Amino acid sequence: MSANTALAEKYRNNFLKEIEEQVEMGDWVKMCMQCGVCSGSCPTNFQSAWEHPPQELFMMIRAGKREEVLTSSSMWNCTSCYNCIVRCPRKLPITHIMHGIAEYAHRLGMAPKMQPTRFFSGLFWKNCTHTGRVNELKLSMGLYFKDGLGAGIKEGMKMKDVAIGLLKAKRLNPFELFGGHKCKDQKGIQAMLKKAYEIERSRKAAKMAG
Amino acid sequence: MTEHVATNETILVVGGGISGMTAALEAAETGKNVVLVEKNPALGGRTSQLYRYFPKLCHPTCGLEINLRRLKNNPRVRVLTLAEVTGIEGSTGNYTVSVKVKPRYVNENCTACGDCGRAVETMVDDPFNYNLGQHKAAFLPNAMAYPQRYVLDPAIIGTPDADKAKAACKYGAIDLDMKEETIQVKAGAVVWATGWQPYDAAKIQPYGYGRFKNVITSVEFERLADIHGPTGGKILRPSDGKEAKNIAFIQCAGSRDENHLRHCSRICCMASLKQTHYVREKYPEDGKSTIYYIDIRAIDRFEDFYQKVQADPSVTFIKSKVAKITEDEHGNAVCHGVDTEGYKRYTTPHDLVVLAVGMEPSVKGINIPGHIVADSSGFIEADPANGAVFGAGCASNALDVNRAVQSATAAALRAIQVVNKVAKAEA
Repeated sequence: MSANTALAEKYRNNFLKEIEEQVEMGDWVKMCMQCGVCSGSCPTNFQSAWEHPPQELFMMIRAGKREEVLTSSSMWNCTSCYNCIVRCPRKLPITHIMHGIAEYAHRLGMAPKMQPTRFFSGLFWKNCTHTGRVNELKLSMGLYFKDGLGAGIKEGMKMKDVAIGLLKAKRLNPFELFGGHKCKDQKGIQAMLKKAYEIERSRKAAKMAG
Repeated sequence: MTEHVATNETILVVGGGISGMTAALEAAETGKNVVLVEKNPALGGRTSQLYRYFPKLCHPTCGLEINLRRLKNNPRVRVLTLAEVTGIEGSTGNYTVSVKVKPRYVNENCTACGDCGRAVETMVDDPFNYNLGQHKAAFLPNAMAYPQRYVLDPAIIGTPDADKAKAACKYGAIDLDMKEETIQVKAGAVVWATGWQPYDAAKIQPYGYGRFKNVITSVEFERLADIHGPTGGKILRPSDGKEAKNIAFIQCAGSRDENHLRHCSRICCMASLKQTHYVREKYPEDGKSTIYYIDIRAIDRFEDFYQKVQADPSVTFIKSKVAKITEDEHGNAVCHGVDTEGYKRYTTPHDLVVLAVGMEPSVKGINIPGHIVADSSGFIEADPANGAVFGAGCASNALDVNRAVQSATAAALRAIQVVNKVAKAEA
């Protein structure tokens, strides 16, 4: 049984409890009184990709719409502007809850695979943990070519003036494509990250099993 | 009204609004001596500033008139206006209270003829109308003020205007030499009925109160509807004086909000439902009200009132707390938010936006002399540690007029019990 089916079985008909126990800050969801200030204050709410505003996500959680919530791209659209946290009359840490739900969906493998925020987060993490430094050239190219070679070239051409400007200002080094600069103690960083990853994994595994 | 000497069998009532008046009268009518201290130049408090009461939509003058008649007939109540309590010493059954009395500059000879008001030229802000308008610096606080006596604003003392007022008075009622004084009052028990103040709407930054002229508070709206108000009872926009026919009411402006007031102020839903009646009364043809709400809390027996307003085609209910207000080029206040029913974003202009502001206890942030136990919102709790200082009305909770009167009667009864014990001990 996969983690997804195991947890779906465990919390059958009680998705709210699942969110409370598994999602960071998830225990705040029940405090929402559906006033709508978070949604009204959300700058991304104008975008078509913002399918469900926070207050609707909270209601969906309470209504047990597990599949719809976890496969939604909505929480991935959060830009962490913190407007909702500042204004929420019940002081719900809405930004953190959005990230918490997104992370949980990712952990279960239910998050939309090619959702740009999710894709970029993975890319960024791999990029910076590899050498201990962010390789901006590889990072941006990785994002451009996310949907294939053709789309990548098209995206790249759109930004070519910016890229040339950066080249001229010596803010972009094309040789970064080959290896790139590294931090001094690359092995040390990787050992540290490995340890942190193990701690986190065992904590979350205990939660999911418990 | 005879002056009596206050003893420790006297009950001191602080605040002369509906609660304080009730507590004072209930105690006095059982034979107790009462000193009633009021900060303003006239009794009546915020109740007298309402256009109408819910649920019967009668004018507050009616209810106040009954109380004023009881007061005039009762020699046991001594009323001090323009007076504030500055200190309380002592304990249950034996308090000494310091009261600072500001000068009125008008003595009891005043017949309220109004000659001084006509003579004076200086205009000052009119707090009775929430500073929406101005009045002369020699003024009657409001149409049914008790005591029915003029007041001179301290701003004109020492100016030629004060002399003009004095010269105009045929009854020798103006005394420009009155000074501020502090008096000591003995009391066995104290009823603290200092009421409430509207929450400072400017603190709710996204609503733009103070920045946008056509965003006003519910208490200001009461004054706009009142015939004695700054517009003579016409609902006009503050920005350009245009008739405001499309009016939005925003509920929980400050209340039920951890960033502002933690508590539900209890009256605001009913107040807004009531105020939709004003809109219909003034503009029966094309008046439109829109209520933005989280949930309507028509407390107690008022559900039928809510249902009647719901059935009114001129009133629209939108289940959403408005996130932000902006102003468009016509001076309209534009409400932005997301409707919880359907999760649709709206951007709706209104002629006027009325913020149903919450109730903040007047005692909050004020150092009540002595030690008073208050709840997390600042309302006075019924706690033995308070000794014989009893909260009444909106000093003790967010209440409507009806409940404030009940609360004041209860506080009066507690105070009576204390002074009865004192009387027994002394006999």
